[in-house]
Amino acid sequence: MTDPIKHFASRVTAHEMNRREFIGRSMAAGLTLAAATSLYGKSAMAQEPKRGGHLKLGLQGGSSTDVVDPAKSSSQFTFAMNRNWGDTLVESHPTSGLAVPSLAESWEPNADASVWTFKIRKGVEFHDGAELTIDDVVKTLNRHTDEKSESGALGVLGSIKGIENKGGDLVLTLSEGNADLPLLLSDYHLVIQPGGGYDNPNAGIGTGPFKIDNFEAGVRATFVKNENDWRTDRGFVDSVEMIVMNDATARMAALSSGQVHFINRVDPKTVGLLKRAPNVEIQTTSGRGHYVFIMHCNTAPFDNNDLRLALKYAMDRETMVEKILGGYGKVGNDFPINETYALFPEGIEQRAYDPDKAAFHFKKSGHDGSVLLRTSDVAFPGAVDAAVLYQETAKKAGIDIEIKREPGDGYWSNVWNVQPFSTSYWGGRPTQDQMYSTAYLSSADWNDTRFFNTDFDKILLEARAELDQAKRKEMYHDMALMVRDTGGLILPMFNDFVNATTTNVSGFVDDIGNDMSNGYVATRLWLNS
Amino acid sequence: MASPLAGVRAARHRLKETHPLSVLIAERLGLSVLLLWAVSVLIFAGVEALPGDFAETYLGQSATPQSIANIREDLGLDRPITTRYFEWLGGVVQGDFGNSWASGAPVTEQITKRLGNSLFLAFFAAAISVPLAVGLGMVAVHYRNRIPDRVINVVSLAAISLPEFFIGYILIVFFAVQMGIATFPSTVYDNMPWSERLAAIALPTATLVMVVLAHMMRMTRAAIISVMSSAYMETAELKGLGAFKAIVKHAAPNAIAPIVNVVALNLAYLVVGVVVVEVVFVYPGMGQYMVDAVTVRDMPVVQACGLIFAAVYILLNMAADIVAIVANPRLRHPR
Repeated sequence: MTDPIKHFASRVTAHEMNRREFIGRSMAAGLTLAAATSLYGKSAMAQEPKRGGHLKLGLQGGSSTDVVDPAKSSSQFTFAMNRNWGDTLVESHPTSGLAVPSLAESWEPNADASVWTFKIRKGVEFHDGAELTIDDVVKTLNRHTDEKSESGALGVLGSIKGIENKGGDLVLTLSEGNADLPLLLSDYHLVIQPGGGYDNPNAGIGTGPFKIDNFEAGVRATFVKNENDWRTDRGFVDSVEMIVMNDATARMAALSSGQVHFINRVDPKTVGLLKRAPNVEIQTTSGRGHYVFIMHCNTAPFDNNDLRLALKYAMDRETMVEKILGGYGKVGNDFPINETYALFPEGIEQRAYDPDKAAFHFKKSGHDGSVLLRTSDVAFPGAVDAAVLYQETAKKAGIDIEIKREPGDGYWSNVWNVQPFSTSYWGGRPTQDQMYSTAYLSSADWNDTRFFNTDFDKILLEARAELDQAKRKEMYHDMALMVRDTGGLILPMFNDFVNATTTNVSGFVDDIGNDMSNGYVATRLWLNS
Repeated sequence: MASPLAGVRAARHRLKETHPLSVLIAERLGLSVLLLWAVSVLIFAGVEALPGDFAETYLGQSATPQSIANIREDLGLDRPITTRYFEWLGGVVQGDFGNSWASGAPVTEQITKRLGNSLFLAFFAAAISVPLAVGLGMVAVHYRNRIPDRVINVVSLAAISLPEFFIGYILIVFFAVQMGIATFPSTVYDNMPWSERLAAIALPTATLVMVVLAHMMRMTRAAIISVMSSAYMETAELKGLGAFKAIVKHAAPNAIAPIVNVVALNLAYLVVGVVVVEVVFVYPGMGQYMVDAVTVRDMPVVQACGLIFAAVYILLNMAADIVAIVANPRLRHPR
């Protein structure tokens, strides 16, 4: 199946497209009527999940330092675990990325979006039989934001000043308006725990579709079905086994021999080989994650915008996607937003590889000599290869890039966000506001391009509180242009999430939120046989 | 002049005369404690010298200054290095290895499990490879420079020349993916039935046997050949002993010291050096545990693993020396 048709099929499965629309659009994408009709049947039939069975997943990213405490989740493995046993107040929609209700039934902002009232769902039971109360919700959010917090979500929740129970509703008061607040609460750390998890953060008691049966850090985790789940549209299997497999070849062998039903992080270099296995289906999802080359706008020689432009034009994006991502990705345009975000700014010209323009700006910058780029394989998969490729394309523009390969150990504390020109990656954020606030606001801790622009900051804060979507979109357009044309970010590619399943499981949803169907993979898959 | 020190020396000398082996073991044990202490200082200093502390590396890219400060305060990382070291040492002397910084769970509890897994795998690999290596070595000597010797040499050298992960992958492809007769992944867990556990470790054990076999086999062969060329072997032959009997009765006991040394080194390797095999086969042993801990600078875990690894080396080497001394009367009574 080609990408658009596969996308339509998954929307049929997710009840988002009817027969007429599906067949029309698939034919427009090149399918015959007969093929489209049969595919619709298959995709619609896939709506009827089978229940029961034991689902096994082989996952990269687990470590013996993992803990159940969702505040300290930092690996891919614990991310997917949290989704199994817990729920957040809000979820993000798999295809639109908009906020949809979960433990919060509905919400309402005040006029300037600085005070939000959430209605908490009634009749939800924790795994230990206790009923979910507003108290649990307030305490959970307190634990992630109080002065002793070691939570990974602390940065996200920085603007929350008040967490209160007002007549059974959750009321959040912010230091300034934020139209995107509900989506911030979909962060995977913010699993609602009984009593906020103050007593025993590692208990693993939540409201999710599976209960933790056994957890050995860095080895495996097993789950059994929560019979009292408040939702019926998830958690189809009786039990789940998640095994830590940090070796890419081991994951591929386990999947192709049928020992596991799902693996994550398929290496783009070997995905072609895996495709040949008859019982395997590759699941790719366009993501918001991106691989970047970052320059500090305030450090010589990168404080010169002509040099930055020269380095941007010297990047051959198409080749990067083809060689480094094996085709599993999309080209970037030097601002950290792609069309999977709500209010994506359309109509911005795609920057292309142009050695002449690069040479022109390089000459204009007056820079003499080579440019030092630091990289390491931990920056992103294939980062060293990407740097060498970049060196070659820049050479054609007369720019000499010197590559310094740094040790992977300690790269994030010594090179990234420290050295003036390096390679790195970003995972996506739920909203444009959050992406920009995390790394492009002057005062951001992670302003890894040292992008200090007061106009930009002003628009960002205005857009955050703006409830008029059209105006907001206009503002995001302006901000994207500022970062693209004056920032220190070279963004050659957005990487797809490449996962794989065996052919005897169904229900995988292409969720733009994050890798592994936004972590919900085990709650969404079911076994066919 | 009878100073107290001379008295101790004399007593020691007398003890050495009457119980040479016990004195040697006691001395070695004393030295081991000193060695272990030195190892702990080295590891502590080494981890300190690594860039980034626990708070920074554990939070990685999602760190904020406040959460880093909170973790540092929580664990007391902002105190001077010597204070922290002696606090840790004080605990260890009382048998308390502390809690893992990352998981908050007691180190002893976690390590017992992982060490058990490592020893389980190492035991089976050793139980197969040591007799096999020594046996094959003797066969090779017996058929020296003839076809069986050549075949044994070529096959075992080929096995050792391949990187262990490659042998692992080949075994996985044939026995797990294509034929589907072996268990993969080799994950073992609590309360796993004994038979399943054995099935799970079949492939990693086979890999380890191939990796360590050649080393021990070749040392056995070389040691026996060197003994064979000595005069007393000629006598044995002249008095009419069969070749194989001569090897077993006369050559092997004299060749035992170098063989036991190589065996000890390989056993130590099987316990502490198999992290690659653990990763390829998804086996939860000590190696991966220590690597994970080093990655986030989880000092109590790194220290405990380092001490155990050092202790394994020291004990196995000591055992090898003792076996060599017991087997050879000349070493038992040094002049």
